[in-house]
Amino acid sequence: MSDASVKSSVPMVDAAGVSKSFGSNEVLKSITLQVQPGEVMCVIGPSGSGKSTFLRCINHLERVDAGRLSVEGELVGYRQKGGKLYELKPSEAALQRRDIGMVFQHFNLFPHMTALENLVEAPIRVKGISRSDAVARGRELLAQVGLADHANHYPAQLSGGQQQRVAIARALAMDPKLMLFDEPTSALDPELVGDVLDVMRGLAESGMTMVVVTHEMGFAREVGDSLVFMDGGVVVEAGTPRDVLSNPQHQRTKAFLSKVL
Amino acid sequence: MSDTQRPDGAGIPPTPSGGASGAGPTATGALPTERAEAIKAVKLRHPWRIAIAVVLIVLLVLFVLDAAQRKAFGWADVGKYLFDTRISQAALITLELTVYSMIIGIVLGLVLAIMRLSPNPVLKAVAWLYLWVFRGTPVYVQLVFWGLITLIYNTIVIGIPFVHTWATIDITWIPPLFFISVVGLSLNEAAYMAEIVRAGLLSVDPGQEEAAKALGMSWWQTMIRIVIPQSMRIIIPPTGNEVISMLKTTTLVAAVPFTLDLFGRSRDISAETFTPIPLLIVASLWYLFFTSILMIGQYFLEKRFARGTTRGRPVVGEPNDPASAAIMGGAGGVR
Ligand SMILES: Nc1ncnc2c1ncn2[C@@H]1O[C@H](COP(=O)(O)OP(=O)(O)OP(=O)(O)O)[C@@H](O)[C@H]1O
Ligand SMILES: [Mg+2]
Repeated sequence: MSDASVKSSVPMVDAAGVSKSFGSNEVLKSITLQVQPGEVMCVIGPSGSGKSTFLRCINHLERVDAGRLSVEGELVGYRQKGGKLYELKPSEAALQRRDIGMVFQHFNLFPHMTALENLVEAPIRVKGISRSDAVARGRELLAQVGLADHANHYPAQLSGGQQQRVAIARALAMDPKLMLFDEPTSALDPELVGDVLDVMRGLAESGMTMVVVTHEMGFAREVGDSLVFMDGGVVVEAGTPRDVLSNPQHQRTKAFLSKVL
Repeated sequence: MSDTQRPDGAGIPPTPSGGASGAGPTATGALPTERAEAIKAVKLRHPWRIAIAVVLIVLLVLFVLDAAQRKAFGWADVGKYLFDTRISQAALITLELTVYSMIIGIVLGLVLAIMRLSPNPVLKAVAWLYLWVFRGTPVYVQLVFWGLITLIYNTIVIGIPFVHTWATIDITWIPPLFFISVVGLSLNEAAYMAEIVRAGLLSVDPGQEEAAKALGMSWWQTMIRIVIPQSMRIIIPPTGNEVISMLKTTTLVAAVPFTLDLFGRSRDISAETFTPIPLLIVASLWYLFFTSILMIGQYFLEKRFARGTTRGRPVVGEPNDPASAAIMGGAGGVR
């Protein structure tokens, strides 16, 4: 399923020496990696290793302190002019974000809106799509995630797995070129995980570029084109899922895998 | 959970088929058809409760019978003035004072709340100063101040402050006392509304703002569409109380002095007729009528804004439930 072999000239995500600190706490220490269009990259690592922070940097929910981070060749959060970097205005940053979908561990659905309303909100307000078009597309996406008859349910009336699938559909409603998943199944009861992973698998097969922080090693092995192991803010090891999982090179990777596998 | 699994069987008579239920507490085959015998016990009596209730009812009846025939209450006058046009017009003015002051107070309170939450330290400090002054002084004193405002600010000076004056214009416009009353009440109210709104905005899960941001929504869109609607559940109940409280606080506009409101008007009338007590009762009945209506309105508003949070069953792993989120997040990390 790997489209990554057909390498496009511009990587979807290009991180070079990306660093980020919260006060004196250096959370990301010079992260360098690339995600090619159509690639599914899984990111694993112990708690606090900076996985979420890295994802949040990709769509500029966090500011990068050092290094360069670009999406489809476009610098995230900054504009380069005459060798100088200028911070983007909030409206410009918002423009970059709308092409990048994000799925959160705790779904973060809008609880005062039905599933369908959750899906049409941003396309209507941000992209200016007509309500009828947005609703049609929203129903299509709900059907795609297997929730066609839950359009008028509020999030509180849905199970965790259903909520997460609505959240994925909500991100897809913006027609993103890149999807970021931050531990999408960690908050779910075990029997609900499968439905969400199935939706993600389908998305990967359709050629979506995805960066997935996950503890689901089975998913990483089957669906991932590449696997990155992070620890202490650095990329310790990266490669194909098969190589990293069955033949880890570093002691830290071995120690981590022995705990989770 | 079936009855047979209760940890404490005290008070529950043994089932007729005691042998079956004793087969084993872990047995899943507890027959659902065999229900335990209903409890027939002598109800516990509460003699003191009854005694106190009787005493209270007797006292109340005595008070009503006594009040009905007391001359000083002047019930005939109460009936006469209750629907007097001067009184009903004054009631309308009290309503207008309440509505205008609350609307301005809410809008200004929202602005102050957002200022307090803004990352700009100057905006924060100004909002804090405002709250400090307006919450730290009695509203009665503030109203007297606003009544005297034209004595303090009676000219407009055009020029460079403290350096040069080009022109001085006398302010001849004297604002109507109604206007001054609304200003005084609403500026004071804004300080209280700011705290209510702030608590409401802070109650919304930060993940909500994040999700909206990730979808490319602007700060303004996020506020209007996502954060403020969700904060309403927290903001509405105390705001309802503020409206009711404002309705009663309007009586203080006498400090301005503005006297066309319900209380001021009824006192003016009684000054002519020498019947203060019936008119106090008339005013009180009107205030009670309005507050009762407001309480009913508040009840329905609260129901309306609980939307999406109380409907349907509670779900484990619901994003706004920090307890379950913490538990499940923890479990996820260990896995
Ligand atoms: N907004 C913030 N302010 C201060 N410190 C933060 C902030 N966000 C994250 N951190 C810190 O950065 C470090 C990395 O956090 P991050 O959430 O990226 O880790 P993670 O790999 O996603 O872990 P987990 O598996 O628990 O989600 C942690 O030590 C955390 O305390
Ligand atoms: Mg994380």
